[in-house]
Amino acid sequence: MKAIVTVVGQDRVGIIADVCTLLAKNNINVLDISQTVMQDYFTMIMMVDTEGCELPFAALAKLLEEEGPSLALSIHIQREDIFNAMHRI
Amino acid sequence: MLSRNEILQTLDMIDQQHLDIRTITMGISLLSCAHPDPEICCRRIYDKICRRAERLVAVGEQIEGEFGIPIVNKRISVTPMALVAAACETGDYVPFAVAMDRAAKTCGVNFIGGYSALVQKGMTEADEKLIASIPEALAVTDFVCSSVNVGSTRAGINMDAVARMGQIVKKTAQRTADRGGFGCAKLVVFCNAVEDNPFMAGAFHGVGEAESVINVGVSGPGVVYHALQSVKGQSFDVVAETVKKTAFRITRMGQLVAREASARLGVPFGIVDLSLAPTPAVGDSVARILEEMGLETCGTHGTTAALALLNDAVKKGGVMASGHVGGLSGAFIPVSEDEGMIAAASSGVLTLDKLEAMTCVCSVGLDMIAVPGDTTAETISAIIADEAAIGMVNNKTTAVRLIPAPGKQVGEMVEFGGLLGSAPVMPVHQSSAADFVARGGRIPAPLHSLRN
Repeated sequence: MKAIVTVVGQDRVGIIADVCTLLAKNNINVLDISQTVMQDYFTMIMMVDTEGCELPFAALAKLLEEEGPSLALSIHIQREDIFNAMHRI
Repeated sequence: MLSRNEILQTLDMIDQQHLDIRTITMGISLLSCAHPDPEICCRRIYDKICRRAERLVAVGEQIEGEFGIPIVNKRISVTPMALVAAACETGDYVPFAVAMDRAAKTCGVNFIGGYSALVQKGMTEADEKLIASIPEALAVTDFVCSSVNVGSTRAGINMDAVARMGQIVKKTAQRTADRGGFGCAKLVVFCNAVEDNPFMAGAFHGVGEAESVINVGVSGPGVVYHALQSVKGQSFDVVAETVKKTAFRITRMGQLVAREASARLGVPFGIVDLSLAPTPAVGDSVARILEEMGLETCGTHGTTAALALLNDAVKKGGVMASGHVGGLSGAFIPVSEDEGMIAAASSGVLTLDKLEAMTCVCSVGLDMIAVPGDTTAETISAIIADEAAIGMVNNKTTAVRLIPAPGKQVGEMVEFGGLLGSAPVMPVHQSSAADFVARGGRIPAPLHSLRN
C-alpha cells in the first residue's frame, strides 16, 4: 500500500537519516523524497510503500507519531488515497 | 505523482482549517423488531442495533488512523419509532427510547436518532403516544434524538401537530430545566424531512431505505473561509467558483471515507451529505464565511444573498464529487454551534426574523436558537408554522430546533457544551398568535404539489 509520510521540524543534521532508519526498522520502502528548508523549518514529504510492514496501518501511524517527539520532529503517515481523491479526478 | 503543494494543502486543511468528516451514520431498519409485547420489542430493538452497529465505531477509528482525517462522530439512525412501536400493546413508549439509549451506549456512538413520528397529514394512535412521551424520553436518556415531521409540500401542514409540538417543546425544556432545557437540543420539528439525513438531531432511517446503510456527512466551513480569504475584493463569479472548487475537494474526501466504511462494514453506501456544518471552534464558522464576502456582521442586509450563493455553490461543487448526494446538503446555520453566529446574535445584529429569511435559501431552518423561558407554547407553534410554510412552499426541508431556556431572559447565555456550544437568548415577538394556533386542522398543500 502506498502512503505519504510528512515530516516537519527545526532543521538539523541527520533528519533524513533518522526518519529513514525508523522507516527501515519497520520494513518500509521509500519510493520518493521531496524536501525543503524554509526559514530554518525542515519539511519533507516521502512517498513510501508499506507492503512489507508487519504492523497494521493504524498502529504504524501511531508509532510514527509517538516516535516523532524523541527526534524533535512531527511525523505523520497517511494513505495516498486521500490526496488522490482530493486532487485528481 | 502528487505535487508537494497539493499534499501540503490537504494537510493544512486538516491541521489548520478544521477539515473533518462530521459524521458516519449507520441507518438501521427496525421494522422487523415489531412485537405486541413491549418487552420483547425493546429486546429486539436493542439486539438488532447492537448486532448491526457492533463494529461501527472501531471501523470509524481505523479509517481515521489510516487516512489521517478526523471523523468527529459515529452515529446511528433507526426507523421512526412510532412505526416500530405501533404494534405494541402499551401506552408508554419511553422504554423504547431507553432501549435505543442502551444500544447507543453499548455501541459507543454519541447520538442515536429516530425517536420520531411522521405526521404531516395526520396522527395515528402510535404517533400520538410517541409525541406525548417525547419530553420524558429525552429527559431520561442521554443520546436519543427525536424528530417529528409536521408538514410536506405534498401533504400541506398538519396544524394540530404544530400546536401539539409547541407544547411538547415547552414541556421538554421544563423537564430538562436543570440542564438549561438541553432536551430541546435533541428535538427537531421538520417540514419535508428527508429519509437519509446523517446529521443529528434530525436523523432517522426512512421506510424506503435498505435494511442498513452508511451515510456520511462532511464538513468544512473553515476550509471555505480560508479559500475565500485568497480572493478578497473579487467579483461574485470568482467567489462562487472558489466555493465550488473547495466543496468538490471536501466532498471527494467524504466519498472516499463513505466507500471505505461501507466496504469494511459490509453495509451498502447510501449518500454523502454535502453540508457545511459549523462547530463552536474559532475558524469553523459559516457566519464568518458570509462576513468574509464583505458583510460587517452576519445578519445585516445582504446576509440572505450571501448565504444563497454559498448554499448553491456548495451543492454545485459537491455534486460531481460523489456518486450519490442526499440528506440535507447545503449550509447549516445553527446559532449555538457557530462561533460567528453566537457573536452576531449577541451583538443584536442577527435576529430571529433575519434567521427565518436566511432559512429560505439554506439547507435547514431555525436551528439551536435559545429563546426566553417564558415564551408561550403558542408562540413556539407559530414559529414552527412559519418555518414549515417556507419549507412547504419552496419544496425544501425546513426545521425548528428552539430551546425555550427555563428561567432565562433575553441577553443571557445558555451553555450546552461540546459541539452543541452555547446560545445567547434571543427575543421573540410579544404579540400573540394563540388564536391562530388554536384553529387546528390542516393548511392545504400548495398548488405546485400537484405535479403529476
